[in-house]
Amino acid sequence: MRFTGWAANYIDERTSASTAVKALGRKIFPDHWSFMLGEVALYSFVVILLSGTFLTFFFDPSMTEVEYEGSYVPLQGIPMSVAYHSSLDISFEIRGGLLMRQVHHWAALLFVASIGLHMLRVFFTGAFRKPRELNWVIGFLLFVLAMALGFTGYSLPDDLLSGNGLRIIDGMIKAVPLAGGWISYLLFGDEFPGTDIIPRLYVLHILLLPAILVALIGAHMVLLIVNKHTQFAGPGRTNDNVVGAPVMPVFAAKAGGFFFIVFGVIVLIASLFTINPIWNYGPYDPSPVSAGTQPDWYIGFADGALRLIPPGLEIVVFGYTVSFNVLIPLVGLLVFLAAAALYPFLEAWVTGDKREHHIAERPRNNPTRTAIGAAGVTFYAGLWAAASSDLIATHFRLSIEGVIHTLQFVTVVGPFIAYFVTKRVCLALMRKDREIALHGYESGRIVRLPGGEYIEVHEQLDDYERWKLVSYEEYQPLMVRPDARGRITARQRVRASMSRWFFEDRISPVTQRELESQRH
Amino acid sequence: MMADVHGGATGGEAAETAVEKHASSASPGVAVERADRISNPGFPPERQRVTDLDPAKERSAERTVSGLFLLSVVGSVLAVVAYVAFPIVEGDPSTIRLNNLFLGLGITLGLLGIGIGAVHWSKALMHGHELVEERHGTRGSDETRAKAVEIFQAGNAESGFTRRSLVRNTLIGALVATPIPAIAIFRDLAPAEDPIALLKHTMWEEGVRLTRDPSGTPIKASDVTIGAAFHVIPEGLAELESHKLEEKAKAAVLLMRLPLDRLNEREDRKDWSYDGIVAYSKICTHVGCPVALYEQQTHHLLCPCHQSEFDVANHAEVIFGPAARPLPQLPITVDEEGYLVAKSDFTEPVGPSFWERAL
Repeated sequence: MRFTGWAANYIDERTSASTAVKALGRKIFPDHWSFMLGEVALYSFVVILLSGTFLTFFFDPSMTEVEYEGSYVPLQGIPMSVAYHSSLDISFEIRGGLLMRQVHHWAALLFVASIGLHMLRVFFTGAFRKPRELNWVIGFLLFVLAMALGFTGYSLPDDLLSGNGLRIIDGMIKAVPLAGGWISYLLFGDEFPGTDIIPRLYVLHILLLPAILVALIGAHMVLLIVNKHTQFAGPGRTNDNVVGAPVMPVFAAKAGGFFFIVFGVIVLIASLFTINPIWNYGPYDPSPVSAGTQPDWYIGFADGALRLIPPGLEIVVFGYTVSFNVLIPLVGLLVFLAAAALYPFLEAWVTGDKREHHIAERPRNNPTRTAIGAAGVTFYAGLWAAASSDLIATHFRLSIEGVIHTLQFVTVVGPFIAYFVTKRVCLALMRKDREIALHGYESGRIVRLPGGEYIEVHEQLDDYERWKLVSYEEYQPLMVRPDARGRITARQRVRASMSRWFFEDRISPVTQRELESQRH
Repeated sequence: MMADVHGGATGGEAAETAVEKHASSASPGVAVERADRISNPGFPPERQRVTDLDPAKERSAERTVSGLFLLSVVGSVLAVVAYVAFPIVEGDPSTIRLNNLFLGLGITLGLLGIGIGAVHWSKALMHGHELVEERHGTRGSDETRAKAVEIFQAGNAESGFTRRSLVRNTLIGALVATPIPAIAIFRDLAPAEDPIALLKHTMWEEGVRLTRDPSGTPIKASDVTIGAAFHVIPEGLAELESHKLEEKAKAAVLLMRLPLDRLNEREDRKDWSYDGIVAYSKICTHVGCPVALYEQQTHHLLCPCHQSEFDVANHAEVIFGPAARPLPQLPITVDEEGYLVAKSDFTEPVGPSFWERAL
């Protein structure tokens, strides 16, 4: 104890650490299972850093051609790059090397997945609203960076599968108007595949992209602390307080423990399940390819977009070739991602709501947003499934053409169906909530009245339970009114029609008066 | 600032005033603000855990937590034991699996013991009441903002940033110009040649023999039976000292023989085939994957990456999938020894499209 006191004093006199402890030590974090998704992302990133550091001690990114002399018999004597050779050595010669490779890969898959789920949580609960719009954008950049890190890392072993991935990237780049051929040439340092791409991706993968990622995670965390975490509506919880566990000790123990659980589960998966068995694919060679090639899951939506394009979409104008079969997916995906990144600003403009929002909404209480999200998820899912179109066809004995046409339908029409269905479901759930808040829930108790009639007794909710059902924001469509000079601007009209689209169908929360009149 | 949450009533009042305080601040836009909304009932009464009520349960939870931590130590020790006890034996791949499995399980136990123990500690034993912290608006107070404005104004006045517009504008100009060298020096990411010219030629030329991939042995026309398909590279590719893969990525060819009555040939390409043997670029015209799957019965080629289908019987035209152009055909014939040879290079660029492709 005396030592602790001495050490604390020593550090504080040199760093003013007590100020930070005072400010943050008892900071409150609200509790909800869905708040753990972001934590999973953070912790799996730490696991990626740890396992990746181990791998860098053994991996050599050179593309110099050598003959394989390792212990894996089927590949002995086959020419391959040093990068592929050292990836095989990590898997076969180094104790724990395969484990670390698999930990790294599984953690990367989990990293992107948890970011995606975390984004969906934030989106569907409206946690991106003021003052968190910028943190949404930072989080979006983290998502894109995570995919870029995943793809660069996936390419490093220089195996047949990842080489074909790079070949596809090369083909997509070449389709870029004006400069495509040149961009590819500069990127690969030669004609495809060249001998520079793996060392270059290596620098991106272990230095540049992680540095940016760490900086953005830092900014994400700082804004999280400044904005304080959102919380779900509950009795006693308001827009002006945070209810939950303090960092010291409960949150620290829970979050710290959860880090070890995430780490442990990743190691458990890595010790039981193979991921990316590069030795089965062989070294990269532009000629062979195996059927059923699949990218890692998070690249699936991009690969699927390429697959869904109908034949013949290429034109030659004044001698210049424009490949719409590649440009439509490329631009389409950029537009889709940009729409996700900018959505908070659209919604803020439509509502005109300048207040801060710290209560996470239940998805049903904002039917239009939830429906838009469901449409986006359906669009993504259609593209994603298309990346496995060949496997779907072979596993279920369907024709590849039929699978592609079905998924084209899912991707184009599916979002509209998802939109309408989701919106109706949300409104129905809101009506049900309203009904329960006013009349209570069905108790299951059947009573026979003196007249012989049977009724089911409804039990009223208590005030605490009811609060969760009635405490939501309600918006109404904007009424267009002439401005000071008596004009109605086009901007106003657009905003009004947007807000009609958002809020025309709405269910008001139960008011005190309604509740009282119900009781009499 | 921070209050323990006990008993509903007092918390409720605090909560209500908080809501009202909030409502007055910024524009709500099209949000509906009702006077008769139901008020926040305040915090519900605290629920006690079994470990709060029963000292025996508390002691048992304590034992569980420290037991889990001990288990973690055991796991870490086991991991090191597994590292030594399950070495990788050369020539015995199953030892890799055992090493991976037991090392991994040991580490897993080491990690999960700590993780589950810590979470259980926090849930069962640590102070379980929820605490409340006030939020404040994110924006700085008016006073702070005024101070910030003052600082900027002082900075501006003392430097003359707006007043000395020439200095400011030349600085902006300099800052815009200075990254230009950084862009320029990346030119040498690739050699000086014009990549577009490179893309338009392959190793094939008149008289180059078609050889098997990867062995490089030449192919006699008589070796190609009806229904057969050969993966082909140009003669000499396997012996290249450099740029082997780059050349292969352009020159890879598929060779197939179709019954003559099934083969539809364009007028101007009648002499590009030999006795029903046709050679097409193996590099997909979509984004460049090898079109490696040949369906013997239908004479269709399928690209395994994005499922473009090409009909070899009809000059490899696209019949399905995202590709837009047929696979380029390599004109072939036989030399005096009966080996298949190219009559020329491809007459159009192979592989994925690019801007200058048709020029």
